[in-house]
Amino acid sequence: MDRMAGRWIRIYIPILLFILITLFPFYWMTVTSFKSASELFDFNQSPLFVAAPTLEWYKILFFQTNFWHWTVNTIIVAVVSTSISLFCSILAGYALGRLRFRGADAIGWGIFITYLVPPTLLFLPLAFVIRDLHLFNNLWALILTYPTFLIPFCTWLLIGYFKGIPKELEESALVDGATRWQAMVRIAIPLALPGILSAGMFAFTLSWNEFLYSLIFMNDSLSKTIPVGVTTEFIKGDEFYWGVLMAAALLGSIPVALLYSFFVDYFVAGMTAGAVKG
Amino acid sequence: MGTATRRVSAAGVGRPLHMRLIEREAPMGYILLLPTLLVLGVFLAWPFIFGLWLSVSSAELADPGHFIGLGNYNFEFKIDRPFWTSFWNTFLYTGVTTVFKFTLGLSMALLLNQIFPLQRFVRAALLLPWIIPTVLSTLAWKWMFDPTFSVVNWVAAHLHLVAAPGPNWFGGTSTAMAALMIVNTWRGMPFYGIAFLAGLQTIPLDLYEAARVDGASRWQQFLHITLPLLRPVLLVVLLLSTILTFADFQVPFVLTNGAPYNSTHVLATWAYQWGVPGGAIGLGASISLVLFPVLSIIIAGVLVLLRRPE
Repeated sequence: MDRMAGRWIRIYIPILLFILITLFPFYWMTVTSFKSASELFDFNQSPLFVAAPTLEWYKILFFQTNFWHWTVNTIIVAVVSTSISLFCSILAGYALGRLRFRGADAIGWGIFITYLVPPTLLFLPLAFVIRDLHLFNNLWALILTYPTFLIPFCTWLLIGYFKGIPKELEESALVDGATRWQAMVRIAIPLALPGILSAGMFAFTLSWNEFLYSLIFMNDSLSKTIPVGVTTEFIKGDEFYWGVLMAAALLGSIPVALLYSFFVDYFVAGMTAGAVKG
Repeated sequence: MGTATRRVSAAGVGRPLHMRLIEREAPMGYILLLPTLLVLGVFLAWPFIFGLWLSVSSAELADPGHFIGLGNYNFEFKIDRPFWTSFWNTFLYTGVTTVFKFTLGLSMALLLNQIFPLQRFVRAALLLPWIIPTVLSTLAWKWMFDPTFSVVNWVAAHLHLVAAPGPNWFGGTSTAMAALMIVNTWRGMPFYGIAFLAGLQTIPLDLYEAARVDGASRWQQFLHITLPLLRPVLLVVLLLSTILTFADFQVPFVLTNGAPYNSTHVLATWAYQWGVPGGAIGLGASISLVLFPVLSIIIAGVLVLLRRPE
């Protein structure tokens, strides 16, 4: 009995506190999105619950805004830029984790050093590059620029994964007459699949959540992504449309939340490989 | 590897020339790196160099501008008061949140490493703040800190933690900065927690058993086994998080955007303020470039720490 009480104090109560703090903003988003306009600003009753739930804000979101366009844009950008980044970083990760050649170390360092150049530092000059390519308000502007922060991360994670695959497996294939390329495609890459999956998850989430480039490059309402559309069109001057804002925030969060609830174990495994070996 | 390579090239003699070429490691290495180098070259290295030029030019939105030497830097260091405010805010914001994220993340990891029911659910739930679009969760926090309808204040008042209306979070500089730090800590803590957890799970359990046999207390085990073995993970996470926090744009932009009176800007939002609404791209570029030397020093420091054990 004493042991049980000890576990509550040492483990269960702290975990519950963590969960409470972590999840409260999401609870508040949900509650707000179902409150009527009058209830939103009525603190005489407890604001923590909804007295008369309404779908008012969701109706406005679906039928009177460009939310669907933003959702489709966000999906396209996230899927395509993730695919491009995975393609590049699988090849680069294999080359740097597996092959020995002059300059490999220097290039590996070079890719790592790109962490020093976050989007905050690049967005102004990049605006000129995007303008010269005539890509303003074009989803390609995002698809092409997101890999600059996705590739370094994925490559870094995959180098660790490829290093962890026993060399003998590939060598025996080479002895059996496979080309180096075949050994990579048929042996190393399939074995690195868990790493590729978690790199893909990272990349998808980062592109889904990206804000700055999208804010600068997408001014036309129909070409915005969810984070930018929501912050630029549901806030007019000092007026915040909290009902619509919270409904949109909730819906915009659900896809990535689902992704992680299914693959959280892969994610932790990917972190282990990347953080420990990388 | 050497013997295998030799064997392979011997086996490859009968093949067409281009196949033999591709089997030697160097050309293949360069070919595999080509797409990555191309993307990073065009959209990262070139804009960076171009940004260096912009920072010493008078460029504006529609005007390529001309060379003005260190004019932009002169203006921000000597005349532009909010620049210095945002400069120090950036350090304060990064420093304070890093300490909190580190300690809270480490405690979260130690908790999650215990055995308890619903483990998968708890892990996924605690990870949420980090994976959900920052801008969207920051909007929720902005509503939670609302000047008149703050649910944070409502709860705090009902728990008798503060007197009835509670602070006007965005009305004063220090409460607004505190709000920024709270949101950033809330958002960043799970990354520390899950990464540290991943590190903890690679520590062999028999080390702890051996220590227990020798009579080491829980605290001694933590100090002499957990911390040293976790060190590489701790440093890598610290490195990544410091960079990301130092260059953070989303939380400050959405939550306060400098309010009240440009007193809570950080370098990222101040560069945006001059560069985009202000139209002075050259000046904006020079403000964001200030991040570069500072980040370099931080990274160099962490790398030195990382290397020392070898």
